[in-house]
Amino acid sequence: MSKERTWQELPKGAVSYRSSMEYKTGDWGVDAPKIDHDKCVKCNMCHFYCPEGCIHVEEDGTPVPDLEYCKGCGICAKECPVKAIEMVRK
Amino acid sequence: MVEQKLMGLNGDEAVAYATKQVNPDIVAAYPITPQTIIVERFSEYVADREVDTEFVAVESEHSAMSSCVGASAAGARAFTATAANGLALMWEIVYIASSLRLPIVMAVVNRALSGPINIHNDHSDTMGARDSGWIQIYCENAQEVYDASIAAWRIAEHLKVQLPVMVCLDGFTLSHTMENVMTLPDETVQRFVGDRPFIEVEGHMGKGELRLNPEMPLTMGPLDLQDFYYEHKIHQVDAMEQALKYMKDVDEEWTKVSGRSYKYVEPYLMEDAEVALIGMGSMMGTVRHMVDDLRAEGVKAGMVKLRLFRPFPVDAIKKAIGDVPVLGVMEKCISFGAPASPLMEELMTVYYHDKEKPMIANYVVGLGGRDVSPDMIREAYKSLAKIKKTGKVDKLSTYIGVRGD
Repeated sequence: MSKERTWQELPKGAVSYRSSMEYKTGDWGVDAPKIDHDKCVKCNMCHFYCPEGCIHVEEDGTPVPDLEYCKGCGICAKECPVKAIEMVRK
Repeated sequence: MVEQKLMGLNGDEAVAYATKQVNPDIVAAYPITPQTIIVERFSEYVADREVDTEFVAVESEHSAMSSCVGASAAGARAFTATAANGLALMWEIVYIASSLRLPIVMAVVNRALSGPINIHNDHSDTMGARDSGWIQIYCENAQEVYDASIAAWRIAEHLKVQLPVMVCLDGFTLSHTMENVMTLPDETVQRFVGDRPFIEVEGHMGKGELRLNPEMPLTMGPLDLQDFYYEHKIHQVDAMEQALKYMKDVDEEWTKVSGRSYKYVEPYLMEDAEVALIGMGSMMGTVRHMVDDLRAEGVKAGMVKLRLFRPFPVDAIKKAIGDVPVLGVMEKCISFGAPASPLMEELMTVYYHDKEKPMIANYVVGLGGRDVSPDMIREAYKSLAKIKKTGKVDKLSTYIGVRGD
């Protein structure tokens, strides 16, 4: 059991008082994407396909996976048209 | 006090008329016997523009309660009505409504649960929902139905309560029987119910009202696992305790407006009673009549009408029962395989640790709409008198009015 609030301290109606941003789901993953930036053509397909929305795109188009939330599903690696993403053990 | 209008209304019409005067934001309902008249009348009010209500003609009771949950979460006043199998079909959402603390009001026209299919009255439907976290008020006559259908909103929305309310009325006996009902003017009812108040909760964006609002997003109904679910159930336990504390304020305020007074538990000739029956709903009118007959014959009979079943008003019940030596519990419900019916079991529980307590026996009556006649009630009182004489309860549960021993 966690050291969370008592029932008196919790908001009524089972409303969530914390944001899911606080819930780092990255540790669910077994594998994590590793991007070979030499191969990457910055098409951003990985960004669009990521079901967690956790591959960000930098201003120059470089995709950056956020491993704090990445669950390691591997969809980015599967969809990458130039095979620039490899799933590696965390 | 304002002048009241005497109307000829059956129980269903009393619900519909009261709800018209409340003018809720949404009514989502599916017709089912013997509740149908409520939905019919109310849809006429909508068609005639006598209300501002959005009427959602849903395809099932599951959707009716789901619509009410969605609307109530958005801040609307949401009403529905059902009976028996309709209540059974909306079951999972019934529990969700109470756990999300949504002050929905639902009229349940008590009808025997299938099967075999039966459209007539008993309490198997709402007794089954006794653990659902809803407040349950049982009405004796159409006047009580009218009054409860208005007061229910204030009870449900009370800032200390925030729970949905079932107004229970017996199918056909009340729903389809026309009675004299004193009704208040629309504006008096409107003033009494006022606007829906909201409690403040802490969401992930900060503090705000417990309602869905794009300006202040809230997460309602998230996955709630081992680390929080239990605490949220204790919230519901607490809400029921608060309801018991604050419902009487609403009842008293209603008395000031209407001149009619309601208690959680209503005793009749209990001061010197030697045998008494306790029960709920329309049959208690017949029991009162029988108490008068028995008194005229020299039997010291009394009765206790239980109006509020959830929350279970323990102190008020004990006070009303007083020191009567023998108590019969009359119920239109069976809990199959249980030692006794629900009300009996709860009464036994509240008395278990007391040194001074009545001998208690259970009398099941009127299943599937079987008439609860004065003779059957007399039979129950006779059985109670025998218990008093012999000093022991031979049979915990007796089925009165059933053919065969």
